[in-house]
Amino acid sequence: MSLPTKIITGLALGLALTTAAWAEVKIGQPFPRLDGYALEGTLPALEGQVVLVDFWATWCAPCKASFPAYSELQHELAGRGFVLLAVSIDKTNAPYAEFLKRFSPAFPTVRDGSQKLVAEVKVPTMPTSYLIDRKGVVRAVHSGFRGAETVSSLREEIIRLLEEKP
Amino acid sequence: MKSKITLLVVLGGFAALFTGCATTKVQPWERATLADYSMRPDRDPMHNTMFEHIYFSREASSGGRGVGGSGCGCN
Repeated sequence: MSLPTKIITGLALGLALTTAAWAEVKIGQPFPRLDGYALEGTLPALEGQVVLVDFWATWCAPCKASFPAYSELQHELAGRGFVLLAVSIDKTNAPYAEFLKRFSPAFPTVRDGSQKLVAEVKVPTMPTSYLIDRKGVVRAVHSGFRGAETVSSLREEIIRLLEEKP
Repeated sequence: MKSKITLLVVLGGFAALFTGCATTKVQPWERATLADYSMRPDRDPMHNTMFEHIYFSREASSGGRGVGGSGCGCN
C-alpha cells in the first residue's frame, strides 16, 4: 500500500470512528447496561421491566419541575412492572444530596458523577428521558419537559409497553 | 510529483480535521457552570440600577428602555 493510500485510509477511518463516537442513543437501539458506569447509589432491578431513565441535574430547572409529575407516574404504575430511574449528572454530591433530602422523590435516583453514561448516551438536551421496553430497547425519547403534555404522552407509551407480551 | 500529492493529501486531511474544531460546542450535560446564578447578567440588582441610571443620564431619555411613551406625544 502506497503512502498516500495509507494516509487517506487512516483519515477515512478516523472520520468514521469520530462519527460513530458522536452517535446518540436513538429509538430502536439497545440502551447501555447501567451496571458498567459506576453510578453512585443503588440500582433497582431492571431486568424484564419497562424502564424510564430520566437524565436530570440540580442546576436544570425543568428537570426539577418534572419530579412531582414523575413521582405520580411512579405511584400509579410501579406495581405493574414499571420502574422510573432518575440519573443525576451532577458532578458533585452536595447539591444532589441536598435536593434529594428536600424533595424525597418516590422513585430511585442514582448519580452519574463522572458523566460517563450521559456522554455515552449523548442526551440532546436537559432533561431527556428514555423509555425502555422489557428487552432493553429504547422505544421513546422525550427531550425536555413540557408539563402535562409530556406526562400524558409518557403515560400512554408506558401503558402500551406494559401491555405488550414479553 | 508523488511527494506533492502526499503533501496535498496531508494538508487536506489536516484542514478537514481542524474544521471539526470550529464546530465544538458545549454539550447539554456540561452546562452546570453556565446555568449558575453568577452567570446571569442581572445577578446584581445594585449594578443594574446604577447601569440604568448611567444609561438614561447619558441618553437623556428618562426611563431608558422599558418605559413606554416619550416627549413627542406619539404614544
